Amino acid sequence: MKITGAQALVKSLEMQDVDVVFGYPGGAILPVYDPIIDSPIRHILVRHEQGAGHMAEGYAHATGKPGVAIVTSGPGATNIVTPLADAMMDSIPMIVITGQVPLAVIGTDAFQECDTVGITMGVTKHNWLVTDAQDIPKIVKQAFHIATTGRPGPVLIDLPKDVANTEMEWEWPEDISLPGYKPTTNGHPKQIKEAAKLIANSTRPVIYAGGGILKARAAEALKEFAQLTGAPVVTTLMARGAFPDEHEQCLGMPGMHGNYTAITSMQESDLLITLGARFDDRVTGKKDGFAPNAKVIHVDVDPAELGKVRNPDVPIVGDARLIIEKLIGATKKVFEKEGKPDLSKWWDQLNAWRKEFPLKYDKTDDTLLKPEYCIEQIRDASPKDTILVAGVGTHQMFASQYWKFNYPYTWVNSGGLGTMGFCIPAAIGAKVAKPESMVWGIDGDGCFQMTAQELVTAAIEKIPVKIAILNNSYLGMVRQWQELFYEERYSEVHLSETIPDFVKWSEAMGCAAFRVDKVEDVIPTIEKANSINDRPVVVDFRIDPAEKVFPMVPVGRTNSQIELGPMFDK
Amino acid sequence: MGQTSYSNSGHHIYSVLVENKFGVLTRIAALFARRGFNIYSLAVSPTEDENFSRMTIVVNADGTPLEQVVKQLHKLIPVIKITEIGNGEGIERELILVTIEADANNRGMVTELAAIFEGSIVDVGHDSLTLMMTGTPDQVDAFEDLVRPHGVVAIQRTGRIALPKLVREAPTKLRSVKAS
Ligand SMILES: Cc1ncc(C[n+]2csc(CCOP(=O)(O)OP(=O)(O)O)c2C)c(N)n1
Ligand SMILES: [Mg+2]
Repeated sequence: MKITGAQALVKSLEMQDVDVVFGYPGGAILPVYDPIIDSPIRHILVRHEQGAGHMAEGYAHATGKPGVAIVTSGPGATNIVTPLADAMMDSIPMIVITGQVPLAVIGTDAFQECDTVGITMGVTKHNWLVTDAQDIPKIVKQAFHIATTGRPGPVLIDLPKDVANTEMEWEWPEDISLPGYKPTTNGHPKQIKEAAKLIANSTRPVIYAGGGILKARAAEALKEFAQLTGAPVVTTLMARGAFPDEHEQCLGMPGMHGNYTAITSMQESDLLITLGARFDDRVTGKKDGFAPNAKVIHVDVDPAELGKVRNPDVPIVGDARLIIEKLIGATKKVFEKEGKPDLSKWWDQLNAWRKEFPLKYDKTDDTLLKPEYCIEQIRDASPKDTILVAGVGTHQMFASQYWKFNYPYTWVNSGGLGTMGFCIPAAIGAKVAKPESMVWGIDGDGCFQMTAQELVTAAIEKIPVKIAILNNSYLGMVRQWQELFYEERYSEVHLSETIPDFVKWSEAMGCAAFRVDKVEDVIPTIEKANSINDRPVVVDFRIDPAEKVFPMVPVGRTNSQIELGPMFDK
Repeated sequence: MGQTSYSNSGHHIYSVLVENKFGVLTRIAALFARRGFNIYSLAVSPTEDENFSRMTIVVNADGTPLEQVVKQLHKLIPVIKITEIGNGEGIERELILVTIEADANNRGMVTELAAIFEGSIVDVGHDSLTLMMTGTPDQVDAFEDLVRPHGVVAIQRTGRIALPKLVREAPTKLRSVKAS
């Protein structure tokens, strides 16, 4: 059967079970937009290509399936570079298709030409310039395979307009020929035995769970493993929800704004059982002083992570779920032979820290709204499996700290790149993926102004997300650093108390919108927001501009030097 | 140039088999730049199988985490196989082209040098000569050091190419004949 390259592309997406794409048309991608009319695939027309990228990421976060975005050449392609970089950092499977000027004029500075493959090389797991329409099905199949296997990540297919218009003979390839791509998933049996031995001999173990747990769909296995060993679990910013916060063994989030017990448990540990985490500098603090007495088991599907930051005593390359399952077997055996180590002293210590240094904020002043309070009220008024999405800033840290994550895939945020503007489009993507779930975005007033236009998309496409703006009229996170480390010399961090009017703006975009500046209005407004399901809702919470995130490990300090903040001043 | 000896122990040689596709060299060069690794020299050509190319990459080990280089290279989809060629484990060759000022006074000495190193004269001018010489990196270093004082007009070295040394065990058939 002869069809055009563009038709072959859309058909290939159908073959890959794509149900929705986020996109924005333009000259070079025009041929692809024609067959989209006849395809069962839902196309969501965004208002900016960055939005399409983050929506695809939100979709992938919520489902584990790759998100797909389609944009045009030149400015369309450059506008989606940020989401690609974001997805690369956080290992999010995403397929981006960009139009390109015709092959015949590539290199001539043609209208809307840019070197998309060159520009995106460093922010994709792999990318392709299609030079022959006949290759399209094969490339699409390879693209999905690469994006979703091994360490997941974004890929990009650059499709020149003349290639899209060329006829080809449709054939869906049987297999994927990628001689240079064979991710190891199984782990070395000897290393697994070694790991089990270390576990059996540790009296202060900590399970350091990272985003890889979610990528590998290993949350169930992790729970079983944690219960078998009795070890405490810390969940990194990328792993919130991978182990339930309400489980007694869960210590919560470690790192720069983690809680005292999670951070200190790692510092004092004799064995870090590292599962799909990468010793990010936001977790380790000053590397030299990080977990100085801990041996390290490091499980990762990306061999390059092993030894990149910290040399592991037992490196294991493989899929987190498969390896944890094998670790369970191996550990059981060693426990049967040598007995289970006694962790009671360790737990006494951990529980004492939990009691003495919990997360805390000032509840005495009821003239000013506290962001922590707003988050707690949204949490308590919403279903337990609500998907929470965040922007980047203090509000993101408050959200991670004060929400209770009890299910995997209910936390969507930009961890590695820290992309302001992520929240609104990512929330939309998550809601498209999970229409039955409630989706709340916790956004900052700064972040909101970066991608708010996508609420128009949400209103028109009937994607009823709920966005809480924790509005402190400041670039709060930067303000916090200037307050603490630049003698309160505030430079370009004040936004405005009056402009924009977030309520009017949101209403103009087709949303229901409310402003809350009194404590007594918090709960009724959240209830109202939760009852609206035909439109997006925006709630503008006017919060205390001086509220800072604590605990904090300032840059350059070791994790033994945690600042607990004013609540612990005696 | 002669001073920065190629046989410097701070260098590591990798023989890298890659898919012979457009843009692969860019991917490798970009990876080195992005990760802050140091390439000392790089030579590329197609192999016996036209689907693949072989690169010989010499990496400056000073300040470069070699294990990371190899692991990150492996993550590039078109990279199929990486073989590290350790000290003395490879057959290494390099080619040099050098144009030397050579008039009636020193022409004899220059051609003699070329002859000693089994080099050849590939171009002749009124008062200059272009020489070509191939050898191990050490020999090329030595040759360069010796011709330099005559006055170099231009110099170009290819960078190293290398293949692992062959295993020198006699085939079992031969051995069993001997043994009997
Ligand atoms: C695109 C982008 N630009 C700049 C930054 C640096 N940055 C990090 S947090 C932050 C402030 C965020 O302000 P807001 O959204 O109001 O959140 P708040 O910290 O006040 O809760 C800035 C500017 C960033 N992370 N991303
Ligand atoms: Mg703010």
